[in-house]
Formats: sequence, structure tokens, C-alpha cells
Amino acid sequence: MKSVENSVARFAPGDRVRVLELAKAGHIRTPFYVRHRTGDVVQLCGHFLNPEDLSVGRTSGPVVALYRVKFRMRDLWPEYGRNPDDALSIEIYDHWLAAADAVSPPPVITH
Amino acid sequence: MASSDHDDQSLPQPHDHAHHDHPEPLVVEDDEGNLEGQQLSAALQSLLIKKGLLSAGEVTLEIQNIESPGLHLGAKIVARAWADPAYKARLLANGKDAAAELKIKVGEAQLVVVENTPALHNVVVCTLCSCYPRSILGQPPSWYISKAYRARTVREPARVLEEFGLQLPASTAICVHDSNADMRFLVLPQRPAGSEGMTQDQLSLLVTRDSMIGVAQALPPGLQVSVLPLTGPP
Repeated sequence: MKSVENSVARFAPGDRVRVLELAKAGHIRTPFYVRHRTGDVVQLCGHFLNPEDLSVGRTSGPVVALYRVKFRMRDLWPEYGRNPDDALSIEIYDHWLAAADAVSPPPVITH
Repeated sequence: MASSDHDDQSLPQPHDHAHHDHPEPLVVEDDEGNLEGQQLSAALQSLLIKKGLLSAGEVTLEIQNIESPGLHLGAKIVARAWADPAYKARLLANGKDAAAELKIKVGEAQLVVVENTPALHNVVVCTLCSCYPRSILGQPPSWYISKAYRARTVREPARVLEEFGLQLPASTAICVHDSNADMRFLVLPQRPAGSEGMTQDQLSLLVTRDSMIGVAQALPPGLQVSVLPLTGPP
């Protein structure tokens, strides 16, 4: 982790966010099953080098904010029938997120 | 990829065509039985050694560093948290710093500790590969890396847990942690009933690997983890 923060954390715990579909190829750490889904930020983990850059040898940054985002299971899987409080928490990098109430997704940012 | 990709080439073919037309073999081995990836890494290593960028001793040392941590480190952290509420609070606030208090070095960026209670059960999976808190639990079990565990745990966790022998009451919420990026996760299992008065060393023997991944509860007193750790230095 780099101590230099050259990207701003746009979200904070409690924020409602939607995972974007950035349609990027390569070493992507955002699995398909959370894309387009809405959840809650539970933690700002810090700022980390973007694995999409690291995987192709770009090791000098910038660093991006990483969050833990929690989804209700029934929001991920329509047929999910167990306890309504069942949830899934996953780490999402800042550029994969939009505010849930944003009218339209922000433009695609490539890091 | 799907086998249908190769269906048109599944019949024996004469070897008079260009080499790139061969269907991809399932397994590539050399005469000594080394798989393709092993051959590549061996070739790369010998090249790096020849160029003076690396020594064989450094490689051996690094393999030892990777393989020496064992689940006894995670168990020690859990046992301390059971015995010491103030420590537990610090552990839940910052896993890496709390591990360091016990002279346990977490090699990963951060350790997130999630606590099991009667109302909430946590279970860890890495859908994308095999992210795992190796510096305190050692290498992950083969099932943790299996595509079945990775795909199913995020979708039907209760059924997966049942197959591990863990039946949760319907009132207990499940939280699945997909460990897909820079964090690593340790489940703090519930302290078993009847373990009052046990020392931290005794408690640590109730802490199984699977209970720290979240696919099992800690052992009840009377059962205990084998005193020979499954992984660890000889």
C-alpha cells in the first residue's frame, strides 16, 4: 500500500452505491455477479495500487480507494430464499462504483 | 474452456497438418513428469540464476517463508480474543495490529476479523482465485480453491455449509465475505460452551482451520486439534 493518496475516496461508510459495468478486459477484480447491483459501503479499506495496472506491469500508480461493500443476498440472487438478513461483503475499487441515486452512471474512468 | 470447442477435433487426425492445428492437449508433461507451468518456472529460474539475478538458495528460502506459517498462528489469535475481551475489541478494530501484539506478522495488506455470534455466521471465499490469510493460516485447503466452493458459497452458502456438516438455525444470518482484493479475512468463531476456565494454550487446540474460514464451528472441549499442526515447520 502506498501512503500517498493520489485519488480521493468518493464514498464513506453508510453510502449506498451501485457497482458499474466498466466492460474492461484483463485482470479485473470485480466479479460479474455484483455488477449493476446496489449495496452499502461498510468500510474504506485504504488506497491501493490498481490490480488492473499491476497485472500489466504498471507499478507506479496511481493508487485508488478500496471499499468493502455489502449486498443483501436477495439483491444479488432473485431466487434467494433464506434469511432476509443474509448478506455478502466484497471489496470494490473506487472507479467501479457510482452513487446509487445517481441519475446516470458517471463516465467511464480508465486508470 | 468448454469441451465443445474441440469437438470437431476430437477424432484421431493424421499428422500431416500444420502444428498449430493440434487440439490443445489436456496435460503437458515432460519426460520427468513436470507439468507445463513447472517447466516454464524451471526455465525462468535457471535463466535468472544464469544471469546472476537470483540464487537457488534465495528461491529455497522464499519457499520456506511461504510454507512455514501454519494455522497455529491464527488459532493463537482466536484463543487470545476468547480469553481477553479488550484484546478482542482491538482485534476486530485492526487485525494486523492486534496480531502484531502477539508477535505474529500478517504479510498481507490488512487482516479483517469478523466475529461469529448466535445471530450472525461469517464464511470466507475467494471467487476469483484463492486469496487467503496465508501468513496466519498457511496454504489454503484444496476445496477452498475448487471452482465448486468458489461459485456456490456466494450463491447458496447455507447448502455449502450443510455439506461441511454445519447446520445453522434459520434465524442465524449468514454473511459471506468474498475476499477478492487486498484485504484478508479471519473468522473469529464462537467460543465453545464448556470451555470456561481453559488456558489460552488449551483453547487454541479447539480452533480448527475450518472454523477460521467459517465452514465449521470451533471444537467442543474434549475434542481438540491434533497437536501436530497440519502445516508448519518440521
